[in-house]
Amino acid sequence: MAQEHKQPRKSTEAEESVEETTAVEGGVAERKEKLDEDIDAILDEIDDVLEVNAEDFVKSFIQKGGQ
Amino acid sequence: MTVRRIMGTETEFGISVVGQPHANPMVASTRLVNAYASAELHVRRARWDFEEESPLRDARGFDLAREAADPSQLTDEDLGLANVILTNGARLYVDHAHPEYSSPEVTNPLDAVLWDKAGEQVALDACRFASVTGEPDIVLYKNNTDNKGASYGAHENYLMKRSTPFGDIVRHLIPFFVSRQVVCGAGRVGIGQDGREHGFQIAQRSDFFEVEVGLETTLKRPIINTRDEPHADPEKSRRLHVIIGDANLSEISTYLKVGTTALVLDMIENGYLTTELTVANSVASLRAVSHDPTLTHLLEREGGKTLTAVQLQWEYLHLAAAYVADRYGADVDPQTADVLARWESVLTRLERDPFECATELDWVAKLRLLESYRERDGLDWDDAKLHLIDLQYADLRPEKGLYHRLLRLGRMERLLDDGAVTAAMHEPPDDTRAYFRGRCLEKYPDSVAAASWDSVIFDLPGHDSLQRVPTIDPLRGSKAHVGELIDRSDTALALFSALTR
Repeated sequence: MAQEHKQPRKSTEAEESVEETTAVEGGVAERKEKLDEDIDAILDEIDDVLEVNAEDFVKSFIQKGGQ
Repeated sequence: MTVRRIMGTETEFGISVVGQPHANPMVASTRLVNAYASAELHVRRARWDFEEESPLRDARGFDLAREAADPSQLTDEDLGLANVILTNGARLYVDHAHPEYSSPEVTNPLDAVLWDKAGEQVALDACRFASVTGEPDIVLYKNNTDNKGASYGAHENYLMKRSTPFGDIVRHLIPFFVSRQVVCGAGRVGIGQDGREHGFQIAQRSDFFEVEVGLETTLKRPIINTRDEPHADPEKSRRLHVIIGDANLSEISTYLKVGTTALVLDMIENGYLTTELTVANSVASLRAVSHDPTLTHLLEREGGKTLTAVQLQWEYLHLAAAYVADRYGADVDPQTADVLARWESVLTRLERDPFECATELDWVAKLRLLESYRERDGLDWDDAKLHLIDLQYADLRPEKGLYHRLLRLGRMERLLDDGAVTAAMHEPPDDTRAYFRGRCLEKYPDSVAAASWDSVIFDLPGHDSLQRVPTIDPLRGSKAHVGELIDRSDTALALFSALTR
């Protein structure tokens, strides 16, 4: 169920020992770095499937009101 | 058993004909529903039975005159628009200018998620079936606005006791609905009904609500909708028709949306909510909460006290937890305990850093994606690419939809597996009258002339007139009641004879 509760970790021993000693902001910075790495890979994937002409696509998405 | 009650969801899908932005959406929606019916329902198509529908009945106790109603409020006249009943007990039809899937009646939030997700797959199959005819492709979106002023709904239905004063429902639910979007909003790029202001907001629907209470669903939308068609014994029950929610892709968003709402309804029904939770200017507050993804907007209470939407959600959660502990103690059912635990976990993390919920909640998942694009490509909120990402998040196609891409990449948590969802496209829930409806359509399709939430109408040999079997009690007609009987009845006539013996 919880497939993705935590970001996948590829931490080295050095990182782990640093983690022990750094304060909260160190942890946040590290988490952000991991997140950025991850996100870059995700964005590459998403780039591949995004509709080509964003402006045309957005303009032509016209709906009638419903409930 | 507090999250358990009769409930169901309805989704109006955004529809687009590839390459034809001005295509008639009613024609396209009809094509979809008909394509699904021809491919899946090989025999006689049962009509929808409108006898028990009364969309102008108002929960406050009066009927709106038909002449005074906006034409869009008249949903009970069979306009010749496509309309089919599925073997899973759901209804697939054309509502206004959108294809709509109404889930079968279920008894708990997890089943609500299951048959809601099954509806997405039904809708996707309808697109696939419609695309083989040589006509242009049709694509569906599970969202609620085109960002040009139009909105379409994703409704929830909850059966409630008739004896609960409607004023209590109004008083205690409005603050809940103002705040619950921080959990179950679907996220939106654009502020205002036509999206003219640039920026991100938490919910798709919030800018489209204009009054606190009312019967309308297509104009002057009310936070509390008073449509009162119980599709059950009206002496005992009312159906609470909730129109304020967003269409969710994330299973956990939908689960918490219906699960937490069911908990609050249980407290209201049992007179447990006596605390005054009202916030000032609810309509304006609803929008202000949606417009603030930092979750710091302060709602005002009488007497000048202020609190955030998350804090207001905490108040409901604390009351619900105390209520469940008081009523059930250690005997609490697992799903109620799970809803409470997830609700608490999500609120804790939303308060700390909303991005901690990026794998669970639609609006956070969408915002994280958008912010990543903004950072990488230096985009402002008016950039078409960000609007595209918002729309494409809701594309139902697994190869194109961004929710589906995130899911495939392991970036969204799930509650269900694909096998269960596929099965629920065709199989009804076991524990409501949807079981009887679905099984009859599956086993005796040639003999079912029409059906609705509260009836199945048979066309039987040897009977001159159609034979209507009422299913007025949502909890009867379950597998336990009629499973064996249907199993051993080879024909509808045999079933009918056994039922009326």
